Amino acid sequence: MKRVVIGVVSLAGTGVVVARWLASRHRGPSPVRDPRERHRWMAVTIYCRPDDVAPDGRLPRPLADLDVEVRIEKAPGDRGTELYARPRMPMPMGRAAVLARLRGEHPREQVRTALRQVKSLIETGEVLHPDPDLSRPRPARIGRPMAKVVDMALARSAGEERL
Amino acid sequence: MKAVCWQGVGELTVERVPDPGILNGQDAIVKVLATTTCGSDLHLLGGYVSSMRAGDVIGHEFLGEIVETGPDVRRHRPGDRVVVCSIIGCGRCWACRHDLWSLCENSNPTPDLAETVWGGATAGVFGFSHMMGGFHGSHAEFIRVPFADHNAFPVPEGVEDTSALFTSDAAPTGWMGADLGGVKPGDVVAVWGCGAVGQMAARAAMLLGADQVISIDRFPERLAMTARHVGAEVVDYTATDVLAELRERTGGRGPDVCIEAVGMEAHGVGPDHLYEQAKQRPGTGQERPFALQEAILACRPGGSVFILGVFAGAVDRFPLGAMMNKGLTVRGAQQHGHRYIPMLLDRVARGELVTSHLATHIMPLDEAPAGYDMFRDKKDGCVRVVFRPDM
Ligand SMILES: NC(=O)c1ccc[n+]([C@@H]2O[C@H](COP(=O)([O-])OP(=O)(O)OC[C@H]3O[C@@H](n4cnc5c(N)ncnc54)[C@H](O)[C@@H]3O)[C@@H](O)[C@H]2O)c1
Ligand SMILES: [Zn+2]
Ligand SMILES: [Zn+2]
Repeated sequence: MKRVVIGVVSLAGTGVVVARWLASRHRGPSPVRDPRERHRWMAVTIYCRPDDVAPDGRLPRPLADLDVEVRIEKAPGDRGTELYARPRMPMPMGRAAVLARLRGEHPREQVRTALRQVKSLIETGEVLHPDPDLSRPRPARIGRPMAKVVDMALARSAGEERL
Repeated sequence: MKAVCWQGVGELTVERVPDPGILNGQDAIVKVLATTTCGSDLHLLGGYVSSMRAGDVIGHEFLGEIVETGPDVRRHRPGDRVVVCSIIGCGRCWACRHDLWSLCENSNPTPDLAETVWGGATAGVFGFSHMMGGFHGSHAEFIRVPFADHNAFPVPEGVEDTSALFTSDAAPTGWMGADLGGVKPGDVVAVWGCGAVGQMAARAAMLLGADQVISIDRFPERLAMTARHVGAEVVDYTATDVLAELRERTGGRGPDVCIEAVGMEAHGVGPDHLYEQAKQRPGTGQERPFALQEAILACRPGGSVFILGVFAGAVDRFPLGAMMNKGLTVRGAQQHGHRYIPMLLDRVARGELVTSHLATHIMPLDEAPAGYDMFRDKKDGCVRVVFRPDM
């Protein structure tokens, strides 16, 4: 993923623009910058009872391996259990944040991934591996390099409201 | 092994790719016996679905034989002949347990793009872009089937491959349109599109008790096939005013349930078509909703419209006023196949649901690029091309 993003960026000669766009926090329909962006809880709803999420108060892995604050609540109706988490460690800012995201090392992204994995492990007993990527390392010949750049950039896991 | 790979807009090639292996304990490896073209693939080929990458294996409607199972597969063993749902479900999340399988919360390992663009992700789908999990498709000699206990269904003995095959995608999709569109005994139902999906929707409406089913398309062979094998009334939209025709055939009311089985590349007539076509360039996210517009205008006040055709981005001139003021219920979904497939296989076995006529062409995998040209251009009466890797 990293390699492809960088490849496309240099190919399109739009590296600077894209980097700025990546760093911009004004995405989505909201015209207002989210003042709580870096502190929001991320959450998954798991289809099980609260006791099954943290038996004897022990957090499930891989969430247990991270430096996180955690909250567990019963979900409304028959929806199961809400598992909330957010990183305790200091958040990278600006360019460092962009780089951390591209490397998949951003603390929020790690927490988000861990939440998804916990949900899948509890519900299904495994975390589904993607099929190996067979695509060629060069960008697709589809005549729309800019759209491609946007696709790739969007896939960078920044929309954190949902998991 | 051999596989059919997407290379770019309108470009498919047959390549040698590594054989799939078991990656999760609940996976099975299926040797593909029959795999077929779907209208959804045309949207990929047209370049209208973002997040395809050169080299991606396409295909999602298929049937095969299990050749290997992971240690946690309980319900299948090597040698089983199975039809596999095009949508991948885990069977245990809230969505799967509520029979909303295409919304499975655990089967899409790459949900980020969909979450950003749509505000939420779908299940994984075989051979259907990296937005839907990046899974390899079925136009190949072998395929890995995740959560095999939930996604593979045994085919009753005596049912031919080329009949059972369509219970993977076209038949459950059509059935869902009629079922979730709310078709009840005595209803009048109109279906836009006489492809495999539209034909199956029309047949489902009848089996659910509709009094009258009217199918709309422009290809004479498809209209004739729908009249003959499905038993629906048919309307050629290039030869008549569809809205007037439907009013006249329904006592002035309009259909109770309208099912759209056309999708984002709908064909239209007149200047509107040229305008919409000019706007719809790959990557712009603008799609052509002619059939959907017509369905909403045709539907009787208080009726329901179900969108089976695939859309991925935005449409212009959506008749929101008609929908709101006529009090319509509009729904859509990728198919929740798992809730219907066993029942559909039973109906195929009993002869209540006929699907074999959809397989108008059968070819070896090597001929897939030519097969897709024919399917796209609807040449030679083509409705579905079935590829047999063993041919
Ligand atoms: N919801 C799902 O899970 C699901 C599953 C399978 C397919 N699909 C979608 O269903 C749609 C149909 O699939 P298919 O395999 O039958 O495709 P197809 O290409 O074989 O058939 C589409 C038919 O629509 C007709 N059509 C085009 N414009 C029309 C119009 N304005 N009015 C009436 N008919 C019109 C065409 O002539 C053609 O016969 C596609 O959009 C496909 O992506 C959705
Ligand atoms: Zn399909
Ligand atoms: Zn699920």
